[in-house]
Amino acid sequence: MDGFVETPAGPVPRVITALSFRDRAGAAKTRLGIGRYEYKVVPGLYCAGIPGPEAPVLVTANYKLTFDALRKELGGLDAWILAADTRGINVWCAAGKGLFSTEEVVRRIERSRLAEVVSRRELILPQLSATGVAAHQVKRGCGFRVLYGPVRAADIPAFVRAGNAADDAMRTVTFTLWERAVLVPVEILLLRKPLAAAVFAILLLSGIGPGFFSPEAVLTRGIPAVCTTLLAILSGTVAVPLFLPRLPWREFWIGGALAGILTGMATTWLFHGRVSLWESLALVLWSAALASYLAMNFTGSTPYTSPSGVEKEMRRAIPVQAAGGVLAAVLWIAGPFMG
Amino acid sequence: MKDFRYIEGVATLRLNAAKCIGCGMCETVCPHRIFLVRKKKAAIGDLDACMECGACARNCPADAITVTPGVGCAAYIISAWIHQFTGTGGTRCC
Ligand code: SF4
Ligand code: SF4
Repeated sequence: MDGFVETPAGPVPRVITALSFRDRAGAAKTRLGIGRYEYKVVPGLYCAGIPGPEAPVLVTANYKLTFDALRKELGGLDAWILAADTRGINVWCAAGKGLFSTEEVVRRIERSRLAEVVSRRELILPQLSATGVAAHQVKRGCGFRVLYGPVRAADIPAFVRAGNAADDAMRTVTFTLWERAVLVPVEILLLRKPLAAAVFAILLLSGIGPGFFSPEAVLTRGIPAVCTTLLAILSGTVAVPLFLPRLPWREFWIGGALAGILTGMATTWLFHGRVSLWESLALVLWSAALASYLAMNFTGSTPYTSPSGVEKEMRRAIPVQAAGGVLAAVLWIAGPFMG
Repeated sequence: MKDFRYIEGVATLRLNAAKCIGCGMCETVCPHRIFLVRKKKAAIGDLDACMECGACARNCPADAITVTPGVGCAAYIISAWIHQFTGTGGTRCC
């Protein structure tokens, strides 16, 4: 923050349009899933530059990364910023959950007494909030006309300078390599607990053999199985997202399964001589089922998969994945008995 | 988004052209540029690129658009399925 601007509705804090080291460190931590849900700004009115009553009003979410992404683009611009209370969730997800909503926008305008601060009855909302906000109902609710701005905050200055006009590119979502890559750490971190449980189960299953339970087999069989699991996780949560536009299959579970088969074959090759043919088959199946499931879960992070499509894919995928997983477990347990 | 295509023939998006007043809102809000408004009438272009976010339907002042909106997320759909069976279960999307 950089001082206050006096308005008829009281002093309004002015934001700094450059990010500090602390902001960047906080952003990195958030991306890595550390304290991810506690990163908010106080909802209400802020400003950039020296806005007058005619200055544009930019509405945004109160997730700090969203708020920062906006303010860092506002250098040289005089504007009001209204942070809606989206409980610290970004624009797209908050709109989908009904937190960035018509009601919230109307309520925030009343609470911040925006009508006393600005003379124009016009708001610029992020385009992606349109899933939660109905422009015509905001108008009815508080008299402000909603203009949908560009998808990305970086295009706001160009939008404002063009007289509040966005071209097709500014209105289209993108899913670049970088946009996909930043999603990967959180996807992996979410797997910590299930992974711990899976490793425990794998080591237990690996110990079962003709001699009832062999602590030695826990290691000789367990290590290849755990390695397979880790590589399958990487193929489902890293390889599939990063290579997404290059994969020739539209359905995520197929891409995941094939990536899993590849990494599964790689690990069995690494451990050849130590795992039997049946055990190798079990590992490849397990790897395919797991990577397929994880790749399918990535649909939740993309900006183009429709719920109807995901449901269709899941109805096909889940029986196959479950069968693969069960067959893998059976083969793995039976392996030592089959010579 | 030309590089990203998803399953065809499933989108639930429908337009009732008779109700349309040609305001252009659907064309503005759609993040996949599905709608084209020409001569005061909207038309659906590339239906299969629709991700069913519901932005167009929510912002159509004439109620001319219907779509079953939702999040295209496997984890969410699984928890919804579990919810149907048990009456419990939370959601984990976003
Ligand atoms: S539901 Fe979303 S993606 Fe589909 S046409 Fe409407 S705004 Fe576009
Ligand atoms: S938002 Fe509705 S009324 Fe406006 S152009 Fe689109 S379909 Fe027609």
